[in-house]
Amino acid sequence: MREISARMVTEAVARLFVEAAYNLPADMIRTLEDAAAVESSAPAAVVLRDILENAMTASEGVHPLCQDCGMAVVFIDLGQEVMLIGGGLAEAVDEGVRRAYSEGYLRCSIVADPLYDRRNTGDNTPAKLHVRIVPGDRVAITVAPKGFGSENMSAIAMLAPAAGVEGVVDFVVGAVDRAGANPCPPVVLGVGIGSDFEGVAELAKRALLRPIGERNPHPAYADLERRLLEEVNDLGIGAAGYGGGVTALGVNVEYAPTHIAGLPVAVNFCCHSNRHACCTL
Amino acid sequence: MRSEARRLMAPLNRADCEALCAGDEVLLSGVIYVARDAAHKRMVEALENGEPVPADLWGAVIFYAGPSPARPGLPIGSIGPTTSYRMDPYAPALLEEGVRGMIGKGDRSPEVVSSIVKNGAVYFGAAGGIAALFARSVASSEIIGYEDLGPEAMLKLDVREMPLTVLIDSRGASLYLSGWERFRRAKKA
Repeated sequence: MREISARMVTEAVARLFVEAAYNLPADMIRTLEDAAAVESSAPAAVVLRDILENAMTASEGVHPLCQDCGMAVVFIDLGQEVMLIGGGLAEAVDEGVRRAYSEGYLRCSIVADPLYDRRNTGDNTPAKLHVRIVPGDRVAITVAPKGFGSENMSAIAMLAPAAGVEGVVDFVVGAVDRAGANPCPPVVLGVGIGSDFEGVAELAKRALLRPIGERNPHPAYADLERRLLEEVNDLGIGAAGYGGGVTALGVNVEYAPTHIAGLPVAVNFCCHSNRHACCTL
Repeated sequence: MRSEARRLMAPLNRADCEALCAGDEVLLSGVIYVARDAAHKRMVEALENGEPVPADLWGAVIFYAGPSPARPGLPIGSIGPTTSYRMDPYAPALLEEGVRGMIGKGDRSPEVVSSIVKNGAVYFGAAGGIAALFARSVASSEIIGYEDLGPEAMLKLDVREMPLTVLIDSRGASLYLSGWERFRRAKKA
């Protein structure tokens, strides 16, 4: 067994959330530059250039990329030969979130009770923690602060298998059309297909972590990604919803086995501030 | 880039608003208020009970936002619009009280559009997610109410040339509808 202290997890989580809040990943910058070069709508092109300038300004480390510094989503792949010492995993992650949001001057956006007493927890905890036990003696941590302007537009459907590819495409494109300017386009779309009710939503969220332009290794799903991107961009919503040809920067599809009776599909929206950062302990 | 932008000073009067058309670029200066979900709920509840609200609403511009915390020595953290539809249930009551402008992102309900037309108001858009740039437009910030709401507290801002776009004008015309129609391509057969 390899021993890893809870303190190391806390420090990594704290560092990664601050990094993600101020630094847009390189694949996002590159894709935004490409989009600004091809956008024929003048108001949308102005917005795309503003987004790039915003990313440069944020990288100076004073003002975060967005005032919505997100719900603290954390993915951990925990090697089964790791023994965590000096504290619990969830507590270590939450302490990292607490530290990042305080020391990084990030907005705390979590209320403890969703319905009756919407009181802010004041430190952006608890984190939304996804843990998988994997072979090996490493701990891979990915943080993905998630803004809710885009999260609120996300959707799930339990389609009938007969709905097929056309059913999936209609559902995803329809969701983007209904969302309009709300999710801060240009968006990135994480699409999950298969699994079960909650599994398909997690597939969609994990799909957002894959770099833009890196296609699903299965050729048919890669083709589906290309088709969805084209049809979404034919909607004409454009950056900030001002009308334009770039409504989405990327569409990533993940799939998993499902039941003979089912075709679950989920689309998780992320704004152009598709923030994430990762490290391995 | 914004050479044709119209300069406006808040608070706004009806004539200021009626001169604007959907799609116009605007540089807004003056005093505006920041309020989002929970502050709207409280303001409208206070008005229903005949109680005071933290701001002078006559001619007021309300920015739907919740900034990140300011670092020491700076007036504000990052600030940008939140999605406006969540304020739709409250907006008509505030427009009736004299609110003249709203700043947000995303489309509004038919009820809000009717109230905008009735009250000669305007709905401005700010592009979402360029909040580090937007912070440059804020000269000072002060909490004026609902401090217990934390990031949702109500603020008074002194802004200088905040770059905005008219999304819905005082006649009810919408930039969104016209923009999407222009760039929408028919679905392939």
